[in-house]
Amino acid sequence: MINPKIVIVDYGVGNTHSVSNAIGSLGYKKLKISDQEAVIKEADALILPGVGAFEACAGNLRERHLDTILGELVLVKKKPILGICVGMQLLATDSEENGLHAGLNWIEGHVKKLQLPPEYAVPHVGWNNVKFNSREPLFSRNSDDSNFYFDHSYYFSCDDKYVAAFSDYGIKVTAAVQRDNIYGVQFHPEKSQTSGLKLFRGFFNSI
Amino acid sequence: MLKKRVAATLVVKDGIVVQSIGFRKYLPVGKPAIAIEFLNQWGIDEIILLDISASLKNAEPDYNMIKKASKKCYVPLTVGGGITKVDHIKELMHCGSDKISLNQAAIHQPGLVTEAALLFGDQCVVVSIDAVKMGNSYEVYDYLTKTTLKKKPAQLAKELQSRGAGEILINSVDRDGSYLGYDITLINEVCEAVTVPVICCGGAKNAADFIRVFSETTVSAASAANFFHFSEHSVNCTKANIIKQVPVRLETYADYSGNPFDGSQRLLKKGDKELEEMLFIRIEKEII
Repeated sequence: MINPKIVIVDYGVGNTHSVSNAIGSLGYKKLKISDQEAVIKEADALILPGVGAFEACAGNLRERHLDTILGELVLVKKKPILGICVGMQLLATDSEENGLHAGLNWIEGHVKKLQLPPEYAVPHVGWNNVKFNSREPLFSRNSDDSNFYFDHSYYFSCDDKYVAAFSDYGIKVTAAVQRDNIYGVQFHPEKSQTSGLKLFRGFFNSI
Repeated sequence: MLKKRVAATLVVKDGIVVQSIGFRKYLPVGKPAIAIEFLNQWGIDEIILLDISASLKNAEPDYNMIKKASKKCYVPLTVGGGITKVDHIKELMHCGSDKISLNQAAIHQPGLVTEAALLFGDQCVVVSIDAVKMGNSYEVYDYLTKTTLKKKPAQLAKELQSRGAGEILINSVDRDGSYLGYDITLINEVCEAVTVPVICCGGAKNAADFIRVFSETTVSAASAANFFHFSEHSVNCTKANIIKQVPVRLETYADYSGNPFDGSQRLLKKGDKELEEMLFIRIEKEII
């Protein structure tokens, strides 16, 4: 789609402005940050940003009834959605971050603490290579040696069929998941310079 | 593989980026938005913006300044200065910052570190510790009162990690603006005390200092402030030298891989013959 209506879902925590800056720089004019049902319903594409602890994020989503609003749009109307970082982890069944908390369960999987050999620092912070299992649609414009910016202590553990890309950090860290119209990336495309902007372009072009 | 990060620290005083020398002298550099735009174009990996006047005036973070400054920032932006409440962090995240840095709060209200980590995740909370050398050992420095605390930086880092800090920014007051290179002993002490990533700052003069700190310590990122400001393409040129020995991320078309550098890692003029034979090639701007 050339000029889709994009809504960045605001659920209280999250670097919404950073995401909006990055997407805006690609020339998308119909771009909104909102938690209002009426605005979200009009969207052609949804972004679930993330910087937050799982419990606070999941709690905020429910408090604002965004779980049911988004559920209807994504699962019934098949609107494409891209979760970023904890926004991607929210797609999972549950997370063990500070106790066990239920997620949206749109992609079956569990969010687990990174348990790594001692030479690996946790959180996993910095620019890391990503290997693609499936290039379409997210990575269609990215080259094989693309670097993305990661910043997380927990990772999405799920069936290989949902893993679109992974990264090597002592273990295979799920970097991207996809299932039908539901996409998620563990890294921050809005903070990955050209590589990240290409990913956004790939996502919006595919809808 | 995970790359070592080359970060830039922007010290902001009264809305202006300044060159800081020994935490005492400040020379004006320019507007934060312009500095950030250029650092982005030159392929910096991360930017840390520290507003040193906010805490001094007992003021909240300058949200408007951050909003303007972050407009063209497509790399992670950590913001510090004046944060005393979780609400300040919420507002900063809505103004374009991606992580926050706590310094005064880390010393005087460590509970905020935990509170922030529970809400935003530990990966969002950077704790910045200023260290000063006292004889053969180091002590934490409080830049507001200009006094030292009877505590080792490594010890404070460890305590704050257990309270939820996701990264430690260790800054050497003695090396600040000195161009003497990073304080390797200090950095090693901190790296050994914690399991979270450590960012070091203070004293970088050129790429050789980055290579040394990346080879002799386990820091995840090294930051510099002053020396990035004063030469064109400083970040790309620095990375061109670092990458010969340590893997870093390259972003820009101009990677200076074929250019000669002198002993101080300054870019040299190409040979006359080479210049004579040089062809101009039009580089098509990549359309994303």
